[in-house]
Amino acid sequence: MKSAVLVFPGINRERDMARALHLISGREPAMVWHADTALPAGTDLVVIPGGFSYGDYLRCGAIAARAPIMDAVRGFAQSGGLVLAVCNGFQIACEAGLLPGVLMRNSQLRFICRDVYLRVERSDTPFTRGYNAGQVIRVPVAHGEGNYIADGQTIARLEGEGRVLFRYSSPDGMIDPNWNHNGAMNAIAGIINERGNVLGMMPHPENHVEPSMGCTDGRGLFAGLVDHFKLAA
Amino acid sequence: MISNEPVVTPELAAEHGLKPDEYERIVKLIGRVPTFTELGIFSAMWNEHCSYKSSRIHLRTLPFKTPLVIQGPGENAGVVDIGDGLAVVFKMESHNHPSFIEPYQGAATGVGGILRDVFTMGARPIACLNALSFGDPKNPRTRALVAGVVAGIGGYGNSFGVPTVGGEVRFHRRYDGNILVNAMAVGLAEKDQIFYSAASGVGMPIVYLGSKTGRDGIHGATMASAEFGADAEEKRPTVQVGDPFSEKLLLEACLEIMAKGCVIAIQDMGAAGLTCSAVEMGAKGDLGVTLDLDKVPCRESGMSAYEMMLSESQERMLMVLKPEKEQEAEEIFRKWGLDFAIVGETTPTKRFLVRHGGAVMADLPIKELGDQAPLYERPYVEHAKLPIIDAVSIKPPMRIADALEKLIGSPDLCSKRWVWEQYDHVILGNTVQRPGGDAAVVRINEGPKALALTSDVTPRYCEADPYEGGKQAVAEACRNLSAVGATPIACTDNLNFGNPERPEIMGQLVGCIRGIAEATRALGCPVVSGNVSLYNETNGRAIPPTPTIGAVGVTDFRNTMTLAFKAEGEAILLLGKTRGWLGQSLYLREICGREEGAPPPVDLRAEENLGALVRYLIGSVDRSYVTAVHDVSDGGLLVALAEMAMASDIGAVLVEPQPEIPAHAFWFGEDQGRYVITVRPSLVDEVVRVIENAHVGLHRLGTTGGRVLAVAGERPLPVHELKRRFEGWLPAYMAGHE
Repeated sequence: MKSAVLVFPGINRERDMARALHLISGREPAMVWHADTALPAGTDLVVIPGGFSYGDYLRCGAIAARAPIMDAVRGFAQSGGLVLAVCNGFQIACEAGLLPGVLMRNSQLRFICRDVYLRVERSDTPFTRGYNAGQVIRVPVAHGEGNYIADGQTIARLEGEGRVLFRYSSPDGMIDPNWNHNGAMNAIAGIINERGNVLGMMPHPENHVEPSMGCTDGRGLFAGLVDHFKLAA
Repeated sequence: MISNEPVVTPELAAEHGLKPDEYERIVKLIGRVPTFTELGIFSAMWNEHCSYKSSRIHLRTLPFKTPLVIQGPGENAGVVDIGDGLAVVFKMESHNHPSFIEPYQGAATGVGGILRDVFTMGARPIACLNALSFGDPKNPRTRALVAGVVAGIGGYGNSFGVPTVGGEVRFHRRYDGNILVNAMAVGLAEKDQIFYSAASGVGMPIVYLGSKTGRDGIHGATMASAEFGADAEEKRPTVQVGDPFSEKLLLEACLEIMAKGCVIAIQDMGAAGLTCSAVEMGAKGDLGVTLDLDKVPCRESGMSAYEMMLSESQERMLMVLKPEKEQEAEEIFRKWGLDFAIVGETTPTKRFLVRHGGAVMADLPIKELGDQAPLYERPYVEHAKLPIIDAVSIKPPMRIADALEKLIGSPDLCSKRWVWEQYDHVILGNTVQRPGGDAAVVRINEGPKALALTSDVTPRYCEADPYEGGKQAVAEACRNLSAVGATPIACTDNLNFGNPERPEIMGQLVGCIRGIAEATRALGCPVVSGNVSLYNETNGRAIPPTPTIGAVGVTDFRNTMTLAFKAEGEAILLLGKTRGWLGQSLYLREICGREEGAPPPVDLRAEENLGALVRYLIGSVDRSYVTAVHDVSDGGLLVALAEMAMASDIGAVLVEPQPEIPAHAFWFGEDQGRYVITVRPSLVDEVVRVIENAHVGLHRLGTTGGRVLAVAGERPLPVHELKRRFEGWLPAYMAGHE
């Protein structure tokens, strides 16, 4: 699996992501500068990592969504390439029109960093094939604006088409407002686009890939992607 | 010289915080009345914050070197060898005054400033800690200050991209008018790639990097060197505004040009901005510096020389570059979208020459600006010793179980989750032990080496007995490191006190420094960097002496120990000696409403032996004798045991092994030098033998198991109920329910 990690000014989880990709795929990802206009040849997976691109001084992700490299990413997605967008990456993907909806401020208006539980809704996608449907995984979140909101029609479509891949849940998989730390609609933590090749999610699977960090529940996402490309090859 | 500046008079000098004799000294030094810009420069260099004029004499007694120390106090941060060609670079610094005036920006720029100190030396920041002291929770301002400071620390550190992994939060009415915000940053560098501030070579270009200069923060350092009166609110314009996005870019750009070998010397613009950084670079290198202010990138037009020299705009650096690398360095900075301007050069004259609009605005002897700052040997009075309180004389007003419930739900002992959940503590993927334990543990690169980090001080001990309190702050920091299995290697101190012109305050400072000096020597944990914050006083009322110690230890991340009980049926052992010391304890304060007596003494030899024993018991990856370790500190033994239970949801059955001590004094006394450990049943006999051979004091307290904490003769306490109280107070308070 050849991956490319985008680097915008102010992005700060690109190292975490690169390390997880290297650890699980065995290949060092290419780091791609925002001012570049093309992705490296042969890229399998584009990753938009977390951070505070351009300081999040305008709407989160709004400036990065207009960076030169994003035209190449849109083209890549249109031709079916896989895009993983995490945290600020999710916000950028929404602003870039790759995914519907928007990430608003957390409902209690504070930045929150903690481990949360996610219910994996489907296992038949390249992003979740490393998990079982209904499985609950534990991964950290670290965001101030992760409250997913979209209009009723969009939410209905997302739900109807099975495009919600991760939901905030209790440790035993129940959907419960007490376990939805940011107030996201329908407890949505991660969604895919219509074609199923762009995943946006707020939590950080890349921070839970090593036993020494206390949990390896994030590995499944990366391992599943590696398997996907192995099978495709 | 120039005509459009105000005429300098003794009155104007006084308004700049300079004492009459200090002004006289200036006139004598330069042989004339200074210009307005020069007066500003002197006031910036000679204030307490930058010159350490009250504390310097005493601080000289602190540093000593171990073979690991690469750089002690005097640079932007301390540097210590950690093996494998790597060095840890760290420092703690206060941002107290600005955080009280404008909590969000004050705290945010405190974090920004300390991060800059660390990466200025060529280190990539890998962790931050924060020690916060707030006023009485009942004070109407406290809630907003807590909210603002915590949001500011998070807002800066989260965006910059460094995990904030530890610290402390306390409340006391004596901080009502002067909160403390002490920020510590820890970075990692190649041992032979450390960068310093001393310029070298004549005619070298001096380069200005980073953000533009604005009118913010003018006289910030002077403001931070005075007491507050009723007008504290009016000082808001002296607080700087932080921009973590620019700082992140500055970090990446600086590390990149350092790696390319472009840099001769580098100094960040912190307190007193351009003035302090330029003077330090020149003075340390025995060189003169000429600055051309027309070249300084400004945020607004029409700024005077005086304003530019005193601005504390954030996210700025000054560098001396290798002339042949100038273009390469500029390209890197342009790539990161940062300002880059050559604003001056080094000269052989040892003069600090400032030009603006074709005129000379300042022409001063550079060495004297720094070295001949006033140095005071201020009079001080030793603190009278307080009586030792006999535990028998303290009648317990409630049962042990009730007192425990009350204590763990009290502001100082309750969970600080509400605070540290607003800090990204997992970014960079190396946080092995997160906030909430004895010390945070951060892996170095891929390991197995890791750093343990903690910050500690017990202000009520320091006030009751500055010398013992100083010792205790160091001892507890080292104990917290040992409890996670780390060997202490060095520390940083952030000395927060009241007005040093009062002999009793000066006595606190001198006493605490004496205690810190003795303890750091005894425990092999030298002070390698630090900061002094004086005049933490409002209308003549000072804070309790608060010398925060930030300590760093080295460990193996695969074998780090936590405080949570691990399994049912394990033996709980207490190491160290218990006398039932209630003087200055939280039990006495929170349960009996008394803040009295001598604080518990610290036996440094016993601390050293115990620390070594605990690290031996934690052992190595292949062999460990213990399953959990926790040091006993604030609140005493039963609070420590409750914390171990709450972290695991496993209860315990406990007995008092020393019935000769009154129960409340045994369970809540704050005798120093103690740890609780748990041991698997099969290993108990062997562990007991090892401990007995070390002659450190050993008692069996009971066994882990069940879902309640059951103290013999007391109502059993369900662990989940304890947890509800422990986790409940701070969120309820912040929501306005408490």
